[in-house]
Amino acid sequence: MSHRHWQSELAGLADPAQYTAPLVIEAAQGTRLMGLLRSMLVIRHTEDQIGQLVVAGLARTPCHLGIGQEAVAVGVATQLRTTDRVFGNHRSHAHFLALGGTPTSLIAEVLGKASGTSRGMGGSMHLFGREFGFHGSVPIVGATIPIATGAALAAKLDGGDSVAVAFFGDGATEEGVFHESMNLAAVHDLPVLFVCENNLFSSHLDIELRQPSDRISRYAEAHRVRSLTVDGNDLLAVEAAANALITGIRQGAGPALLEAVTYRFRGHVGPNEDIDVGVHRRMADVSAWKRRCPIKRLSEGLLAAGIVSGDELAALEREVVAKITDAVTLARRADYPDPSALHDLVYACRP
Amino acid sequence: MNSQPPAASTETSYGEAIRAGFVHLLSSHREVFAIGQGLWSPWYVGNSMTDLDKLFGKARVIDTPVSELACTGAAVGAALCGYRPIVIHPRMDFMVLAADQIINQAAKWHHMLGGQAIAPVTIRAIINRGGEQGAQHSQALHAWFAHIPGLRVVMPSSVADARDLLVASVLCDDPVLYIDDRWLYERKAVLPAVSERPLAAEGPRVVRSGTDITLVGAGYSSWLCEQAAEILAAEGLDAEVIDVRVLNPFDPAVILASVSRTGRLCVVDGGWRNAGWAGEVIASVAEALDPRQLKSSPRRITLPNAPAPTSRMLEADYYIDAGHVAAAARTMLAARETAS
Repeated sequence: MSHRHWQSELAGLADPAQYTAPLVIEAAQGTRLMGLLRSMLVIRHTEDQIGQLVVAGLARTPCHLGIGQEAVAVGVATQLRTTDRVFGNHRSHAHFLALGGTPTSLIAEVLGKASGTSRGMGGSMHLFGREFGFHGSVPIVGATIPIATGAALAAKLDGGDSVAVAFFGDGATEEGVFHESMNLAAVHDLPVLFVCENNLFSSHLDIELRQPSDRISRYAEAHRVRSLTVDGNDLLAVEAAANALITGIRQGAGPALLEAVTYRFRGHVGPNEDIDVGVHRRMADVSAWKRRCPIKRLSEGLLAAGIVSGDELAALEREVVAKITDAVTLARRADYPDPSALHDLVYACRP
Repeated sequence: MNSQPPAASTETSYGEAIRAGFVHLLSSHREVFAIGQGLWSPWYVGNSMTDLDKLFGKARVIDTPVSELACTGAAVGAALCGYRPIVIHPRMDFMVLAADQIINQAAKWHHMLGGQAIAPVTIRAIINRGGEQGAQHSQALHAWFAHIPGLRVVMPSSVADARDLLVASVLCDDPVLYIDDRWLYERKAVLPAVSERPLAAEGPRVVRSGTDITLVGAGYSSWLCEQAAEILAAEGLDAEVIDVRVLNPFDPAVILASVSRTGRLCVVDGGWRNAGWAGEVIASVAEALDPRQLKSSPRRITLPNAPAPTSRMLEADYYIDAGHVAAAARTMLAARETAS
């Protein structure tokens, strides 16, 4: 098969043995980056506890965990405003939390409770938080790419400088609508950022079995869309690229694609590391990628720069875990939606 | 705008009435825009959108790349962000490429996000049967879409509805599939002043009163029922005609009341027979009425279960006309004479 001769075109970004060093941190950024580290820890531990709820049989809705990919959501979120419009996908816990969603409302939603962010009607795959700019996530692969393009059309008609963002994976770039949307956005100069979290897998299938190249940004070149490809496990690299692209979009330069190369530590759906939709994963790969963990690299950078001590880091992590444990308790106690919601929410307009 | 205001007695065509709906919406509601293929073409959608781009600008009347799915999705996205877009699919067949955005997205977001998001998008699909257009340019897929909870489906038949149901669809906070039919474009009537009515209050309507039999249709089929009723009237047979207008959510109350009086139901549908719209109407009546109220078995007149042919000779066999409807009604009423 042709893939025997397949070579990565990502200049080492797909190789977990590279890009493992601690991030280099300026002292002046210390306080701000401690806040972002905390945000990444909140995402990590919220998803870890959601995984435990799946194991315990308490969460039944399909839960697609993004553990290992936290830097992409957090890095892009730092460049966004609450008036921007962000859309997610099946794996969007991190996007929701990074933009300002609370662990309690997310966990309650995963448990199907009325206090959940979608009032218990959506579950893990249908999240919503308009007050902080998160306008919805859905699991049909690629579906929010044209929707974000339309949100960008709305922004253009509104005037002003707000942007729309679509988060999706490398699998979505195999959907025709990704290309239709890039073309439409390019032709109409729409203010949209396409963020591809290229984690090198779609469900259980390696990108080398699905595409002739692992470099997603080549599609942006075909559609005359500006793009950057970065190490998605480097918070500072993601932030810098998002800043460059979003600044351009706000100034009227038209759409852009950000490709962030990353890796998920868990399978496609559910909490297992070694099983991906029934297919055994190479644990050596998972272990290698854990050495490139975005939280580890940021923490080590903060330690190396003398911004935080090991004890302080341990205390921070304990505090985050305690907070999320409380969130789980609150969510488990919450009520289920009233049965009337089943019928009353079908239409917004009533006679 | 139209070059001059029509005199009070001037008749307007169905196609012109659709255009009047667009003019009203684009003039009175700044959150409305139109997007789709062929909108800058003088012929793609008949006379129903002529020169709208020149009147309202190409920023609000947007002709697009050949991307039904992305353009429909973009309309859904803009609808989620405060706009009321109208997506135009010049052939309903082409809209099939946009099914994900209509069925999985627009129809679901309000429900699955707990009522917090609305997608007030109107998807306009045009049925363009006949004319040797063949199997992929002439389908009537209303039954498919009327199956989807959360998606309102309307089929205007009258000239006034061509305009007013478009206006009501666009101003409704739910996603609406508005289906018009090129075979209605030359239907003419005096058009009353435009009125903005809530779509949720609209439903089937008696368009001709009668006592012997209830004829039910939607869109072009409803017009066939009216023409058949004229034929039957000349023979002394008194048919009631009900124009369904709104296929989803479907309220059969008007049809039930009619059939409980006439005892006879004939449903005419420009779609296919199997799992079709006519079957839904008959089932709604059959499960609600006492069988003793029916004087004959309900009957449906539909397209045969075959793709549309291209050759005109086969088209003549394929499509329904008013004569077929009148003949079926005559047969059902003849059974009455035999029985009594």
